[in-house]
Amino acid sequence: MAGQSTYVPATGFTRWLDKRLPILRLAHDTMTTFPTPRNLNVWYTFGGILTFCLGVQIVTGIVLAMHYVPNADLAFDSVDTIMRDVNYGWLIRTVHATGASMFFLAVYLHMFRGLYYGSYKAPREVIWILGVLIYLLMMGTAFFGYVLPWGQMSFWGATVITSLFSALDQIIPHLGTAITTWLWGGFAVGDATLNRFFSLHYLLPFVIAGVVGLHIWALHVPGNNNPLGIDVKGPQDTLSFHPYYTAKDAFYLSLFVILFAGFVFFAPDFFGNPDNSIQANPLVTPPDIVPEWYLLPFYAMLRSVPQKLIGVLVLVGALVTLFFVPWLDTSKVRSCRFRPLMKQFFWLFAADCLMLGYVGSQSADAALNLGGTQLPLVWLARLGTAYFYAFFWLLMPLIGLIEKPKPLPDSIAKPVLGGKGERK
Amino acid sequence: MKIAFFALALGISLGSAAAEDTSVPYPIKDVHWGFEGPIGTYDRGALQRGFQVYKEVCSACHSLNLVGFHDLAAPGGPGFSEAQAKAIAAGYKIIAGPNDKGETTDANGNPLTRPGILADHFPPPFPNEEAARASNGGALPPDLSLIEKARAGGAAYVYSIVTGFGQEPPPGFKVQQGKYYNPYFAGRNISMPPPLTADSVTFSDGTKASVEQEAHDVATFLAWASEPKLEERHRTGLEVMAFLALLAGLLFLTYRKVWKDEH
Repeated sequence: MAGQSTYVPATGFTRWLDKRLPILRLAHDTMTTFPTPRNLNVWYTFGGILTFCLGVQIVTGIVLAMHYVPNADLAFDSVDTIMRDVNYGWLIRTVHATGASMFFLAVYLHMFRGLYYGSYKAPREVIWILGVLIYLLMMGTAFFGYVLPWGQMSFWGATVITSLFSALDQIIPHLGTAITTWLWGGFAVGDATLNRFFSLHYLLPFVIAGVVGLHIWALHVPGNNNPLGIDVKGPQDTLSFHPYYTAKDAFYLSLFVILFAGFVFFAPDFFGNPDNSIQANPLVTPPDIVPEWYLLPFYAMLRSVPQKLIGVLVLVGALVTLFFVPWLDTSKVRSCRFRPLMKQFFWLFAADCLMLGYVGSQSADAALNLGGTQLPLVWLARLGTAYFYAFFWLLMPLIGLIEKPKPLPDSIAKPVLGGKGERK
Repeated sequence: MKIAFFALALGISLGSAAAEDTSVPYPIKDVHWGFEGPIGTYDRGALQRGFQVYKEVCSACHSLNLVGFHDLAAPGGPGFSEAQAKAIAAGYKIIAGPNDKGETTDANGNPLTRPGILADHFPPPFPNEEAARASNGGALPPDLSLIEKARAGGAAYVYSIVTGFGQEPPPGFKVQQGKYYNPYFAGRNISMPPPLTADSVTFSDGTKASVEQEAHDVATFLAWASEPKLEERHRTGLEVMAFLALLAGLLFLTYRKVWKDEH
């Protein structure tokens, strides 16, 4: 799909450079003339939005690192100094903290879009796998970052998550404990832990940036999938990336930034937890240890199993499952627009993730009162976890075999320019 | 909203005959503040009166470690002049030393002190946690610098706590030795004695010092202590939003124009 390069250097310097480092040619071919399906809708703007999010996190993060002190005695106060005394520190830190949530909001929409339109299917398996890798790296980065302000939730969140490794004691005695001690750099979460988490929190975003480069590279081989899920048949099906998609992405990015700014300026503590404004205290455990919202569905899965090791395996398995999605889906048709059965189970899956998130946000022994009978939320978590696994390992392979898809349109250009129902 | 709905459902299903569940605190009082909302600002009078309440009442036990005297004269704060803030700072004794002879204590063994300056932070009432606990029946009065960020409900929580004393505990509820019944506090047994009484301070601006007035003012002051940049955040936010709305409008027109013939 990339086709022949149409780049023509216009000046003496660019002709000279093109023979030595064809970087302008690369930019021209991938960001200007790149043929892009003409029917991409709003859900396809999140790639650009995510790139923006990564950039914002790196730039604000570098500035914060100039003022932050990774020391268990000083970290909390250094963050407070950023909020009070550093010029625009309150803004930079709020953007960074809110930015993590906005990043995950965008990545979840991006992932659900990929699931709905079958963007993981051949020939785009590697794009999907790299995407899952980015998602896991994001989770790690966010977790390390959440520990740095050294509040109560930072400390206890770090303790809970790193202690998951101690479940390995049930397989080989002392193995898990040895690993947690090694991770902590001591016998509890402490100064050594904070220092290494800071180091890793600074490192991982650049690893993410590298994998994002591969993700985009892999995308530019087959080109974008599209809401119809059918292949591009010729130039009538595509538009050049610039100015069409630069204009579209820029507009939707500006709407996203308005939402982002709304949280930053008018609800800066919306995603926060009050306990994280209390300095970490190893002697006082908060009543409820709750992770950030974007990890809640997995937290619910973990807690749905009474046996710790199996709970950890269920959590890890749910994430590893995502790598297999390209081969679990047996359907020949990509887009759920033409998959009446899969579409329903897709929305059920989306609702399932939201429900798991809700359950994860409640205390472990909470119950729902249904007309007098108490339904312990842990059963909802079990149901939700079962559906999560069933969706990928049972329904995806099965539905692809039994479902009768709706007829596919002949080409992208036809419904876009001709029909009514499929306009953009 | 959702929580309220479940609470309502729970309340209906349990019925009114059930005994009061004392393991959960009362919902915090529904108080509103001038600094809420997208254009909210702090009431300067309330901040100055609240500072007086903190200084004359709360600071006997509660530190305010993260707030500096210079903050009192900073924009968006209580609006003291620099001279007033300097005078306030000079009224506090800051631990000093060693002096040029290397001494850290005076002839009587007390730590050397000097008057506070703008660069100093509020000095704590106790030299260390153990001293604070020893003076407060084993309980540690929390630092108040971030108290309204560290408690769900913020200013309304602080207001509810300091006005929540004096109620009769439900039958069967045991108020522990040396503690006080306060239904807004988790567990309802609080170590803090009722801090405010009517006229426990005399406001220099003539405002009548009822318990509610004092509570309102000190909750406002502590909201500012928790977030001294709130007014700057609101003001910047409005400017940024105006800019973004314009930018989004222009980008929308660009998008429409570029796609005019391709839809």
